[in-house]
Amino acid sequence: MASSRIELRGVKKSFAQRGGGALEVLGPIDLTISAGEFVCLLGPSGCGKSTLLSIIGGFERPDAGTIAIDGAALRGPDPRRVFVFQDYGIFPWMSVEENVSFGLHAMSEAQRKERCARWVEAAGLRGFEQALPAELSGGMRQRVALARALAVEPDVLYMDEPLGALDSLTRQQMRSEVASLWRRLRPTVLFVTHDIDEAVLLADRVVVLSQRPGRIVEIVPVTIPHPRRFGEPDYVAIKRELYRALGLGAEV
Amino acid sequence: MPADSMQLPKPRPGGWGLPEVSRIERTILPWLAALGFLLLWSIWARGGSGGATDFPTPLETARGFEHLFKTPPGGRAPLIVQHVVSSVYRTTFGFLAAVALGVPLGIFLGWSARAHTALNWLVQLLRPISPIAWIPIAIMMFHGDELRSIYLIFYAAFFSIAVSTSSAVQSIPTVYLRAARNFGLGTIPMLQRVIFPAALPQIVLSLRVSAGICWIVVVAAEMVAVKDGLGWLIIDARYQGARTDLIVGTMLIIGVIGVCIDMLLRRLERLPQVSWGYPPRG
Repeated sequence: MASSRIELRGVKKSFAQRGGGALEVLGPIDLTISAGEFVCLLGPSGCGKSTLLSIIGGFERPDAGTIAIDGAALRGPDPRRVFVFQDYGIFPWMSVEENVSFGLHAMSEAQRKERCARWVEAAGLRGFEQALPAELSGGMRQRVALARALAVEPDVLYMDEPLGALDSLTRQQMRSEVASLWRRLRPTVLFVTHDIDEAVLLADRVVVLSQRPGRIVEIVPVTIPHPRRFGEPDYVAIKRELYRALGLGAEV
Repeated sequence: MPADSMQLPKPRPGGWGLPEVSRIERTILPWLAALGFLLLWSIWARGGSGGATDFPTPLETARGFEHLFKTPPGGRAPLIVQHVVSSVYRTTFGFLAAVALGVPLGIFLGWSARAHTALNWLVQLLRPISPIAWIPIAIMMFHGDELRSIYLIFYAAFFSIAVSTSSAVQSIPTVYLRAARNFGLGTIPMLQRVIFPAALPQIVLSLRVSAGICWIVVVAAEMVAVKDGLGWLIIDARYQGARTDLIVGTMLIIGVIGVCIDMLLRRLERLPQVSWGYPPRG
């Protein structure tokens, strides 16, 4: 898989409010993400981090600013840059197999089958090819979503709290799966989360956003080598820094 | 005090939910109700509202049935068969035409915000006009019996199918549309692979409702617009010496066929392409 460099300059967004006026939700944001980098967007609920990701993904237009992918202006969603949604976004009327091969419509039948089988296998979904999403657990559904996204071998993955709907044990497990997939394939990843541990475990850099309107408060590099472990001194130091950047105390 | 009354009540199989109906009750209760219904019917028909147009007793109705199922002299099939065929034929064609045009129109209106803005008011305006109100116009517009009754049945279903389909399309979660666009689907594959299958459960629900309405409308339409069919049979029985036994017999047949139509469409709801959209039972 290749990867892409993403550059944001002065990106702003506001929403029209009931009764007139505009509510500023985001920006201005300036940010450059290198090819192959794993960047977490971390911020409180309602800080506009999901909106930012939707804009970068090409689903919403910014009110101001520019977005360039490998130097070219962004022109809407593209199969080379795939979005993984919080509520999975897999199609409930399609079987696991149909979902995973959804993005492979341009391929020949044989190629599609081969590619689909490979990702079904990689996502640990063997034996569930014909199952409908409603018959799967939350973790398995998210694996289907990941397999569908990765099957097209994208340059960039946009992940909008992809593990947010999972229970905490499944979440831990999926985190390490995401980390190992990224180490193996090296796409550029933009990962939205409000979970500090998740950010420290996964990211090369953590972009901390403020309360609405979301602006970049601080960018914290995470240089701990993979695989990362909870509770090591470096880990704790970075976590503490993120707490401070978010304006939270480190104690509960 | 009898000993068994000291025992604790057995827990019901249904737990703390609604009371369960036992298997024996399930067999007996409908028959009991049928018996009671026949009894009340007999008493009411005998006690009579007075006059020549008395409501027929169950026995008289049974004799009416006998007449309906008898082949008239020179005929090839029992009297009722010809009329059932006419009514079912019209309903089927009118309904299928409404599906064939209503579903695409609904998808178009749900898909294109511009089309919706331009046309929705018109659809909303035409929808509540009863097809019965169209009967005189339909008679003047169409000279063939079949065309005018098919038109009325078409009208009965077309707008409600179009409106339901368009609202089904509009209520497709954004996340599905975004995912489909993300993977680079063009308009036609988008409609085939995402929009239509996503809206299908709600479309099928609306088909069941509108088929029921069609079956109601066909009877009314046949009473005035044409010269055969179950509606016409009812009117004819009235003018042929107030044969209330034939009228009530025909009414019961209308009911039975209505149930069959509903059961037929209910089978669509069990298809896997449709049933994913309904919440699981139990």
